[in-house]
Amino acid sequence: MTSPWPGPTIEPLAEDALLLRFGDAMDAVLNARVHAAAARLRTLIATECVPAYASLLLRFDPLSWQGADGQAALERVREAVLAALQSAEESPVPPREIVIPVCYGGEHGPDIEAVARHAGLEVAQVIERHAAARYQVAMLGFAPGFPYLLGLDETLAMPRRADPRLRVPAGSVAIGGRQTGIYPQELPGGWHLIGRTPWAVFDLRARAPALLRPGDHVRFQPIDAVQYRQLSQATDAAR
Amino acid sequence: MSVHVLKPGLLSSLQDGGRSGYAALGIGRAGAMDTPAWQLANALVGNRGDEAALEFTLVGPTLQFDQLTTIAFTGAPVDARVGERSLPGWTCCLLPAGSVLRLGGMARGCRGYLAVRGGFSAEPVLGSRSIDLHARLGPLGGRALQAGDALSVGEHAPWHGLRCHAKATPLSWGLDPQPWFDFGQEPLALLRGHHFDQLDDASQRALFGAGFRLGKDSNRTATRLDGQRLNLRAPLELISEATLPGTLQLPPSGQPILLQAEAPVTGGYPRIGQLSAVDLPRLAQRRPGDAVCFRETTLEEASARLAQRQQRLQRLLQRIALRLESACPP
Repeated sequence: MTSPWPGPTIEPLAEDALLLRFGDAMDAVLNARVHAAAARLRTLIATECVPAYASLLLRFDPLSWQGADGQAALERVREAVLAALQSAEESPVPPREIVIPVCYGGEHGPDIEAVARHAGLEVAQVIERHAAARYQVAMLGFAPGFPYLLGLDETLAMPRRADPRLRVPAGSVAIGGRQTGIYPQELPGGWHLIGRTPWAVFDLRARAPALLRPGDHVRFQPIDAVQYRQLSQATDAAR
Repeated sequence: MSVHVLKPGLLSSLQDGGRSGYAALGIGRAGAMDTPAWQLANALVGNRGDEAALEFTLVGPTLQFDQLTTIAFTGAPVDARVGERSLPGWTCCLLPAGSVLRLGGMARGCRGYLAVRGGFSAEPVLGSRSIDLHARLGPLGGRALQAGDALSVGEHAPWHGLRCHAKATPLSWGLDPQPWFDFGQEPLALLRGHHFDQLDDASQRALFGAGFRLGKDSNRTATRLDGQRLNLRAPLELISEATLPGTLQLPPSGQPILLQAEAPVTGGYPRIGQLSAVDLPRLAQRRPGDAVCFRETTLEEASARLAQRQQRLQRLLQRIALRLESACPP
């Protein structure tokens, strides 16, 4: 039986954790392989299954994986991982696509002019290019529900701010290096703020606390300040 | 029934076994830093083991109990008083209604655990009552205890094991904290991390030889290690990957940081080591300025030590349950 993709390297990280490495680049195709592997392994093996750009962390319960023959739990998990990745299963469910409304510029995106200057573009072109792309949620991290999105138009890439802000408002859509992301709650942050979504990106009262999951596809829909206000009120009312 | 916080102590928070299954959404485990001490405190009041207890740091809180309450505290040795009466740790005590318990300073160690019979019963957030101070998530809006807070206590069967005196009364037996509290501050066992080989020779030797001091700004997110600066052979450009509590990272400052219970779930610094699971609670009991030395371990040894400790802990938990039952006829 042939594997649908070249196998990852498997590195034991701790007594109860393995790290699968699929490569060492920030690349949407590579990252999609991570999510496909996560979909196969999540329920089978792990108590935690944490995708990142090119790697996947699996945590397991060493006691329940301990072999009766004394075989180490790590070895048994490694074998189960390899078997699961090699089994010729149906391709995993296609990713969800979520369209997120964003009010670009102005008070909602105070750094958009700096991004435009850095890119040598007009502000309108920055908005157009940022909203034209289809992004992939590479991973969530930094803070609960913070999505790192792959797929930023290369011309919009910009190194992080030299002086990070102590408070970035919740919902801020920002650019940091070659990535874009959304601040799910008020947080300190060093990325350039180009807009804000009125939607709740992280809400503990919701059935699914994080709006986005690893592997999701995301598009941004530009809205104006009036629409922002209306949607914001709707979000508050839903809380 | 409620426990009223008169003074919060230096940093006190509700903690249980932590939040499991949400790391992929960027939500870490949090939970008690010294897990065996937390479990034993619960066991000593007859809880099943996963109830929330109070974790306090360096200076404990002052609490008033509005009803008769069974308590136990474990972890670092702490000066504990009800009125003039001093109470021992690592056993359970019955406090009459209205008692004010003052948990003071610690002669050594860093963290203590106060369990109450029935457990602290705040509404769980994502399946756990642990307060994640860094992510601001959990009961009390994810913040530390403040004066004026009232903590409710879960329903529980009445306790007959101790006669109710007018004064706070400890049980006549207790646990020996010796195996569960790191009095000797022995070296901590560290696994080589993925980027250990990228350290220059002097830094490789220093990691397992030189010794460090626990930095002042250490907290439930990370333990900072001051001492000899560690250097890479050449700078590394890394992309973020998942991290774990116990992961030893090397930021550009050259001073390693060891990730703790509330660390972000991903990180992009070189990963130079992983603390063995058995030694995480031991490190949690070091206080700023304490010495930290590492010795090298292997996964086989680390796994064996973990299995052995879990066995010992399970046996002890069973023994405690049996003793409490015999003291408390049905």
